[in-house]
Amino acid sequence: MLHIVNKSPFENTALASCLRVASKGGDNALLLIEDGVYAITKNSDAGKAVQAVMGGIKVYALMPDVEARGMQDRVLEGISMVDYAGFVDLVIEHNNVQSWL
Amino acid sequence: MSEAAGDFDDEDGSGTIKKFMFLNRKAPYGTVYALEGLEVVLITAAFDQDVSMVFMDDGVYQLVKGQNTKAIAMKNFSPTYRALDGYDIEKLYVERDSLEMRGLSEDDLLVPVEVLSSAEMQVLMSDQDVVIAF
Amino acid sequence: MAIEINGKTYDTDEEGYLTDLSQWDEDVAKVLAAEEKVEMTDNHWEVINFLREYYNEFQIAPAVRVLTKAIGKKLGPDKGNNKYLYELFPYGPAKQACKIGGLPKPTGCI
Repeated sequence: MLHIVNKSPFENTALASCLRVASKGGDNALLLIEDGVYAITKNSDAGKAVQAVMGGIKVYALMPDVEARGMQDRVLEGISMVDYAGFVDLVIEHNNVQSWL
Repeated sequence: MSEAAGDFDDEDGSGTIKKFMFLNRKAPYGTVYALEGLEVVLITAAFDQDVSMVFMDDGVYQLVKGQNTKAIAMKNFSPTYRALDGYDIEKLYVERDSLEMRGLSEDDLLVPVEVLSSAEMQVLMSDQDVVIAF
Repeated sequence: MAIEINGKTYDTDEEGYLTDLSQWDEDVAKVLAAEEKVEMTDNHWEVINFLREYYNEFQIAPAVRVLTKAIGKKLGPDKGNNKYLYELFPYGPAKQACKIGGLPKPTGCI
């Protein structure tokens, strides 16, 4: 399943809830978009939480949103960047998608 | 606060200078708060008040260097923070804890700021006549 | 609304400001100036170019007070004052020059 988070991890519990559930097993991927991309900043509290689940969950981020926020040089290693076409591919590849609004 | 007696430099009080703090706590593009707040600050600058800006929580993201919004088709308003100096808004403060939690440091910011501890922030806030939050 | 010059269309808002900054060129500047009854001289172009550079750098059109100060810094005090700028742009240097320069209305212009 593909999980999509679009809220900053510092002012919304969407990412925390998503990680809590998705890390319990199964075949899960996480796509961070909009303010959700702040979660993959190196040396940040949220970044540590993401890093902790990266063994079991493949993590993607939408590059246009990362660049808009100036965070492109501060991203954790092991995150896959996608563009809008890659976003569509991810949605097609997974049989279900959940947006954690 | 003892502001009632002082600060008047003419009879009708129109020359009163108050301390205005604009408290910015939102990331720049996910909501419209940051841009709207910045516009209000620029307009307020015309009224010759004692203006300071504080960046806390996700508000510190407004000042991150290297923003490029081309691919999301939104206006990149981060260069406008560099114009604040020309508007005589020179007091920009950032809370240290907010930076550190986000893996950021003063070097990641696009304008010169003063980094304050939470205790120093408390003192600064208490000293204001008006605090406006965005 | 729109202005048409030599077959090229320039879109404007209800107050006559260009809506797409990238459409701006000297042809449309001259037409906008004529509508404002401003006769363009080198001194006018100098202010227009200054404003466009300011906009490029900061992504806003400056308030008139800020413009005056910034021009004084760059072009000297004999140009960085209200009298000089209002002689060039009698209905307000920030407002009129921004319109002619194809920039949005200045922030802080009420």
